[in-house]
Amino acid sequence: MIMDYVAEILQGSPLAVSRVITWLENEDERARVLMKEIYSHTGNAYLLGITGSPGTGKSTLTDGVTWQFRNKGQTVGIVAVDPSSPFTGGALLGDRIRMTRHSEDPGVFMRSMATRGYLGGLAQFTRGAVKVLDASGKNYVIIETVGVGQDEVDVMRVADTTCVVLVPGLGDVIQSMKAGIMEIADIYVINKYDQPGADQLYSEVQFRVNQDASIKDRAWVPPVIRTVAVEGKGEDDLIEAIAAHRTYLEQSGKLLEKRRERTREETLQMIHHELFRIIRARLAENSRIESMVEKIMDHELSPYNVVEEVVGEWLPPAK
Amino acid sequence: MAEKKIKIIVAKPGLDGHDRGAKLLSRIFAEAGMEVVYTGLRQTPEMIVEAALQEDADVVGLSSLSGVHNYFFPKVVELLKAKKLANVLVVGGGIIPLEDIPELKKAGIAEIFGPGTSTEVIVDFIRSNVKAK
Ligand code: B12
Ligand SMILES: Nc1nc2c(ncn2[C@@H]2O[C@H](COP(=O)(O)OP(=O)(O)OP(=O)(O)O)[C@@H](O)[C@H]2O)c(=O)[nH]1
Ligand SMILES: [Mg+2]
Repeated sequence: MIMDYVAEILQGSPLAVSRVITWLENEDERARVLMKEIYSHTGNAYLLGITGSPGTGKSTLTDGVTWQFRNKGQTVGIVAVDPSSPFTGGALLGDRIRMTRHSEDPGVFMRSMATRGYLGGLAQFTRGAVKVLDASGKNYVIIETVGVGQDEVDVMRVADTTCVVLVPGLGDVIQSMKAGIMEIADIYVINKYDQPGADQLYSEVQFRVNQDASIKDRAWVPPVIRTVAVEGKGEDDLIEAIAAHRTYLEQSGKLLEKRRERTREETLQMIHHELFRIIRARLAENSRIESMVEKIMDHELSPYNVVEEVVGEWLPPAK
Repeated sequence: MAEKKIKIIVAKPGLDGHDRGAKLLSRIFAEAGMEVVYTGLRQTPEMIVEAALQEDADVVGLSSLSGVHNYFFPKVVELLKAKKLANVLVVGGGIIPLEDIPELKKAGIAEIFGPGTSTEVIVDFIRSNVKAK
């Protein structure tokens, strides 16, 4: 039965793609079996990340970029992430509402995902969903992050090209340019260019980019693209910038380098996650973790001792 | 296995612009711990069903206050079946005359909730009627 799903995903069946993403999100055992099978069919899609503060127009831009790709005959998968409430666990997934013109296009598959408590701007299984879309034959996969603050930069570790969306009127840009989010841009997008303050923002960002180019020796200088996403203005420039960045990555060998780094990090992270899952489950047997907590609370044991004990129990010492 | 979440599409079929109820319910469902995709106004049955498919929804909630329910609601159920999504629970609400309800239920709408229904009743109904995937 799982093999049927594998075949269907490789043929691009939206029903199979959709169900498997659910299995991933639910950590259903069937997902693991399936992902092993489809992994060798991944790596063909080009992965585009779109990030920025809440409400900057990420979804509207994703919609526009998708439109442009479709006009060039390219198929598109979209994974759009929105936050879960830490209080209720529920989520309002509002990205699809900006993309309804593609809902009946078989060349587009759009999936909303809630973070379910995962930090960093993506959901824990966003990467998995991207792989499923990749294996299903989509030429591009667009990843829209939650509305981010300064240091939610996971998208950089998933996407080949990362677009950072800025809008006028969100306060002192130079301040927010200090770290994190402003360092991950391959392309800057100044959206809502119809709003007051856009020209000033544009020149500030352009100034900063030029400054960076003279301080750091960078082979790629991020272009600054001006858009009015609600009117579709600037979409074509953005598409060109994406294509240029892709060409740069491919010709310089940086794409492989980036993907190698990503594979390393992702593999380590998956091992980490799986070990943690197993050990947590074992410690829950006979409420062992509870008695450990009691002992630590009573200062009978330190958490440092407990870590040593637990790790020593299951992992042989390195030779 | 991680805890499963109920995923629900809230949609307004047709040209009906009354979206207060749909927006209110979207919030209520999220606060009840569900993952809610609000598709917005002016949706065709095809768009709603495509959204349900891509989102792998457990529930589709339809809201209509403009008298189009007799056509749109059954059409959504029919298309869901055609897409092998017969397991999706379909519920509806809005301004729906009592005499229309038996036909709608026969067509596969699990329940209809009119103005003034307490949102707890709606949430409870959904929780006890979603089907396993
Ligand atoms: C507010 C309102 C408006 C506002 C809408 C604002 C907005 N953005 O929503 C405005 C002023 C714009 C408006 C315009 C019109 N309206 Co008007 N409007 C109303 C009014 C007074 C209240 C509706 C409302 O918001 N209720 C509050 C919400 C929370 O309740 P609700 O949507 O019913 O939802 C509850 C339940 O129905 C149920 N439910 C609803 N949806 C769903 C979905 C699911 C999945 C579930 C489980 C449950 C559920 O749960 C909710 C909680 O209990 C009603 C009269 C009434 N008392 O209902 C007329 C009413 C709906 N309007 C009507 C009409 C005719 C119009 C107009 C055509 C022109 C006019 N005569 O004013 C225009 C058309 C607009 C358009 N483009 O479609 C008629 C419809 C008649 C009909 N269907 O036969 C009504 C019934 C008034 C009447 N008695 O004539 N309207
Ligand atoms: N004036 C103006 N408004 C825009 C522009 N682009 C998007 N908007 C509006 O900005 C609002 C937010 O747009 P979205 O595309 O949902 O923004 P987002 O970044 O995806 O939002 P989140 O996912 O909630 O963080 C919507 O009301 C859009 O219509 C633009 O270029 N100009
Ligand atoms: Mg968005």
